[in-house]
Amino acid sequence: MSMTLDHVNCIYSADTNHSVHALKDICLTINDGEFIGLIGHTGCGKSTLVQHLNGLLKPTSGQILFDGEDINAKGYDRKALRGKVGLVFQYPEHQLFEADVFSDVCFGPTNLGLDRKEVELRAYEALKSVGVDDDDFYNSPFELSGGQKRRVAIAGVLAMKPQILILDEPTAGLDPQGRVEILELISHLHRDEHMTIILVSHSMDDVADYAERLIVMEHGSIVYDDVPGEVFKNVRELERMDLGVPEVTYIMRAIRRIGYDVDDTTTKVDDAVEQILGLYRDKNRKQDI
Amino acid sequence: MVREITIGQYYDEESVIHRLDPRVKLVATLVYIISIFVVNTYIGYIFVALFLGVCVALSKVPVKYIVKGLRPVMIILLITILFNMLLTPGEILWKFGIFRISKEGLKAGATMALRLTLLITGSSLMTLTTTPNNLTDAMERLLRPLSKIKVPVHEIAMMMSIALRFIPILLEETDIIMKAQMARGADFESGNIIKRAKALVPLLVPLFVSAFRRANDLAMAMEARCYRGGEGRTKMKPLKYVSRDYIAYAIVWLYLAGCIAMRIFM
Repeated sequence: MSMTLDHVNCIYSADTNHSVHALKDICLTINDGEFIGLIGHTGCGKSTLVQHLNGLLKPTSGQILFDGEDINAKGYDRKALRGKVGLVFQYPEHQLFEADVFSDVCFGPTNLGLDRKEVELRAYEALKSVGVDDDDFYNSPFELSGGQKRRVAIAGVLAMKPQILILDEPTAGLDPQGRVEILELISHLHRDEHMTIILVSHSMDDVADYAERLIVMEHGSIVYDDVPGEVFKNVRELERMDLGVPEVTYIMRAIRRIGYDVDDTTTKVDDAVEQILGLYRDKNRKQDI
Repeated sequence: MVREITIGQYYDEESVIHRLDPRVKLVATLVYIISIFVVNTYIGYIFVALFLGVCVALSKVPVKYIVKGLRPVMIILLITILFNMLLTPGEILWKFGIFRISKEGLKAGATMALRLTLLITGSSLMTLTTTPNNLTDAMERLLRPLSKIKVPVHEIAMMMSIALRFIPILLEETDIIMKAQMARGADFESGNIIKRAKALVPLLVPLFVSAFRRANDLAMAMEARCYRGGEGRTKMKPLKYVSRDYIAYAIVWLYLAGCIAMRIFM
């Protein structure tokens, strides 16, 4: 179930004096089971890009292929596509509308034309998998906390059982605890449910711990597309784009600069801890001798 | 989708029309609207259309952009034509069942459509070339005499500018919400009228929630900065006429005189 973008261009308000070339000749393949971090500064085109992936926006030129089929071809079932390529928007307030949480989550699968029993089963599973308490099922979605709202919004898309799950800035506006919880949840969906994940963010720290592949965008073009370790070697460039590298990579670079042999492309906190502890062990051993 | 609605939106460009004092544009638009209903001959309509054409050309707003803005009102136009055509009694040209198309109806329909098109294009040219803030400033200044008889002019202008300010924001929000619901398989485009109306619920609820939230935030922010209405309030950029504004006024009055003359003498 791979997705391929072939020379995709997108121009907003094409025939006016404020036209914006939002995507410039994007070529991209998204493979099954990947965890992709899509990074870029506000206005770089990352949201535009993901809205092309489920056919919400039509490219001005170029093709988008899902399973080898052009999703913008006449007669292609884009509604079914949106069930397979789930997109969670940034603000849950933009999609929650029902009187209670459970019916809101039912909205997606109902639209797919499933029968009532299957819909409710899926909604229940989705709410359970994002960790919403049974007690909250029949509360109004507007009375939940920010983090809870976001979980319900994610469940609303998960209930359609997508193969690819795209999340647009899922941690924006959350407190640190809520942020970690949401990222853990996404990671769990990838690890245990084998879902292909595309995590859109402008924060390197969000994606560094989880993504297996990083795509960095600037001014509508893809600048880097590689494993995180390789991408983070371009510190200067990333800083110029106001993105920087994860905090932990900065720490490792600082440690290396004062003369210790550590890997300064480390992006995961756990790896860094391991290496720093290793330094201490070496030091102690030398002292023992 | 929603982005295509251009009525009431400002089109940024450097042109004579853009630089005119908003009061001139407001008065000119009123005069223009009156003139549409003053003229009643073909030559008259050509004159009005010509005047509009010159203004559009001067404004540097692409004609394509203006025509695109007309599209949403097309339905109203069609209904007007249809009703005028079918319901005006007179010399019958064509008959089918209960439907009768009369010569007078055809003429009335065409005139109405022409007038509406000229009217909408003309007034949208004003909003395309004037920022909402300027527009409400002009309103406030022109209506100021009314405050003597206790009309809350400043408050009305403030409400107008807030309303105008929120149009693009709400349009954008509508666009995002529609997309968010379409990502969950919502369908806004097919089905019969009842189904479509029902499909709007997932759009309207989040839209209203957010509109109320925004209104609340704005009220709070105004309160926090001690906003207290019109009396004694000064402007950062007071409106001031320059020579081109007087010239524009002269042209506008001459134009109206021309239209009236045509009505009387032709």
